[in-house]
Amino acid sequence: MNEELSAAGRIRWGWFIAWAAVMLLLPMVLEDTHTLTVLTIWSLLALSLGLMWGYAGILSFGHAAYFGLGAYAYAIASINFGESTVALFLAMLVPAMLAAAIGAMMFFGRISDVYLGVITLVVSLILFKFMNATAGDVYRIGDARLGGFNGIPGFPILNVPGFPSMEIWGTPFYYVVAVALLLCYLLSRWILYSTFGRVLLGIRENELRTELLGYNVPLHKTAIFSISAAMAGLAGAFFAMWSEIVTPGLFALGQSAEVIIYVIVGGLGTLVGPMAGAILLGFLKLLLGEQTLIDNSLVMGLILVLAVLLVPSGIAPQLAKFRKRYIDRLFRQRSGSSGRRRRKLGGSGNGKESS
Amino acid sequence: MDYAAIVFLEILYMISFLVLSSVGLAIVFGMMRVINLAHGEFVMLGGYTTLACHSAGINIFFAMLVIAPITVGIVGLLVERLVVRWLYGRMIDTMLATWGLSLLFVGLVTLIFGSSAVGIPTPISGYQLGSYQMGGYNLFIIGITIVLITLMWIVLRYTRVGLVARGAMQNPEVASSLGYNPKTIYMLTFTAGAAVSGLAGGVLAPLTGLLPSSGGAFIAKAFITVITGGASIITGVLSSGILFGAINQVVSFAANPVMGEIAMLVLAIVLLRLMPQGITGRFFRNST
Repeated sequence: MNEELSAAGRIRWGWFIAWAAVMLLLPMVLEDTHTLTVLTIWSLLALSLGLMWGYAGILSFGHAAYFGLGAYAYAIASINFGESTVALFLAMLVPAMLAAAIGAMMFFGRISDVYLGVITLVVSLILFKFMNATAGDVYRIGDARLGGFNGIPGFPILNVPGFPSMEIWGTPFYYVVAVALLLCYLLSRWILYSTFGRVLLGIRENELRTELLGYNVPLHKTAIFSISAAMAGLAGAFFAMWSEIVTPGLFALGQSAEVIIYVIVGGLGTLVGPMAGAILLGFLKLLLGEQTLIDNSLVMGLILVLAVLLVPSGIAPQLAKFRKRYIDRLFRQRSGSSGRRRRKLGGSGNGKESS
Repeated sequence: MDYAAIVFLEILYMISFLVLSSVGLAIVFGMMRVINLAHGEFVMLGGYTTLACHSAGINIFFAMLVIAPITVGIVGLLVERLVVRWLYGRMIDTMLATWGLSLLFVGLVTLIFGSSAVGIPTPISGYQLGSYQMGGYNLFIIGITIVLITLMWIVLRYTRVGLVARGAMQNPEVASSLGYNPKTIYMLTFTAGAAVSGLAGGVLAPLTGLLPSSGGAFIAKAFITVITGGASIITGVLSSGILFGAINQVVSFAANPVMGEIAMLVLAIVLLRLMPQGITGRFFRNST
C-alpha cells in the first residue's frame, strides 16, 4: 500500500512525454481527426470520474449530469455572448457549483455509498426529465431557447479568445482538446501529489481514521466531487462543440453507465486506465454504431458484467500485476536466486495488502 | 364532486402503479440488501412476455398473471445463479453488474422485438363517471395491487415459508444454524422478486406501452420508492408509495405531469437526506 501511496502523485515524465508526443503527432498519421477528437473527449470524461472514484472512493451513478450540464451551459452562454471564451469558463463553473451544492448536502449529511448512488442517479434523471420538457418559447435563457427533446442546435463553436470570427475546428480543435486532456491529467497528478490528495487517499482507505486524525472529511469529499464535475463539464462543452448540438440525451442513464464502464474496464485507482478504457471502448462503440446486427448496449452491458465478475480491478492494474509477477521475475532470475526469493516474499505481501 | 372522485382515483392508481412496479425490487432489497438495477428490465420482460403470448392467441389475463411471472422468475433464477450470487456482500459491485445486465437485456429485446414502441390493447373497457370517461383497467390495477400486497402480507406473517424468510432477513447466521441454507433462501428470494416484477410488467404493459428501453422509466421510480421506504418490505413500499403517488398526482393536477415527476424526485432526495435509513428505518420499525 505504501508503494501505491507514493506512486499516486508521481509522474513518470518519460512516459508522459512519450504519450503527449503520440497524441500530438497522431493527426499527421491519421486523417480522421473527427473520431480522434471524440475519443479524446471521452477520455477526459473518464478521467474526471476515474479521479473521483479511484482515489477518493466516491462513485457517482449520474456523472452524465455534469457532462450534460457543461454542454448546456456552454451552448446557452455561447449563444448569449456570441463567442466561446466566457462560455467555456461557465461550462466548468456551473457543473462545479451544482456538484458543490449536492456534494455538501450528501457528504455533510453523512450519506452512505448506496444512497449516494441513488441521489446522484436521481439528480441526472431530474435534469433529463426537465430538459425534455422545455419545448416552447417559455423556456429560454437570454437568447437561447432550450428546445425540449430537440435540444439546442446552431451555437457558436470554439474561437480564438477575443476574436469571435476566428473559429477553431477540425485538426486545430483536436489539438486544443488533446492539450486540455494533458493539462487535466497533470492537474490530477498534482492534486494527488498535494496534501489534499493524500487526505483523499486516506479517506478512501479508512474514512473514520482520517476523520479522527483531524481532517475535515466532508469538505475534502465535496471539493473533489466539485473538481471532478468541473472536468466533466469541460468535456461536455467540448462534446457540444464537436457534435454542434446539445440534446437531453446527454443526461441519459446510458451515458452515465458508459463512463462507469470505461473506468471499471480501464482500471480503478489509476489515471491512465480510465483514459485507455475510454479510447478502447469508445472506438468499439463507434465500430458497433456502423453495423445494425448487434445492438450497442448489448455489448456494453456484457462487458460491464464480465468486467465486474472477472477483472474487478480493471485491465491496467491487472497488467501491472502481471508485469510485476512475471516479467520482473524473469529479470530477477538472471541476477541470482537469492534475489528471486526475496522478491517472491515481498510480492505476496503486497498482494495481500492491496486486495 | 365527480372531479374530486376522479382525482382520488387517479391518486389511488398512481400509488398502485408505484407499489406494483417496485414491490419486486423491495423483496430483493429488503431480504438480501441487494439493489437490483436490472429490475426495470425484469418489468419490461414481463410486458414483452405478455405481448408475445397475446399475439400467439393466449388469453391475456392468463398471460399476464401466470406466464409472465413464471418466465421472468426463470430469468431471475438464471441471473442469480450466473451473476448475483458471486457478488453477495459487495453492494456497489452488485449494482454495477446488474446495471450491465439491464443494458444487456435492453440490447437483447431490441434484437428480438425491434426498437419501435408496441402496445397491448387494454382488455377492460372504460366506464362513465358523471360527465367523465374513466379507464376501467385502472381499477383492475388497483385491485391487483391490493390482492398482491395482502397475499404477500399473509405469506410473510402467517406461513412457515414467511417465518423462515423473515428469520433469514433478521439474522442470516441464526437461520443458517437452525438448518436453513441462506444460499437457497437468497436464490428463492431473488426468483420470487423477479417473478413479482414480471407480474407487474405484464399487468402494467397495456397502460404504459412497451419499448426495449421502458425499463428505465420503472427503475427510477421503483428505486426511490424502495430506498425511501427502507428495509421493511410491505410497510416500506406502502408508506413511500402513498407519499410519492399522492405528491406526483397532486402536482400533476396543479401544474403538469413533468412537474409532478420532478416534485417526486426532489422529495425523494430531501427524504433521503433527512432519513438515510428510509421511512421504516425511523418509523414503524418492527413491521413486515
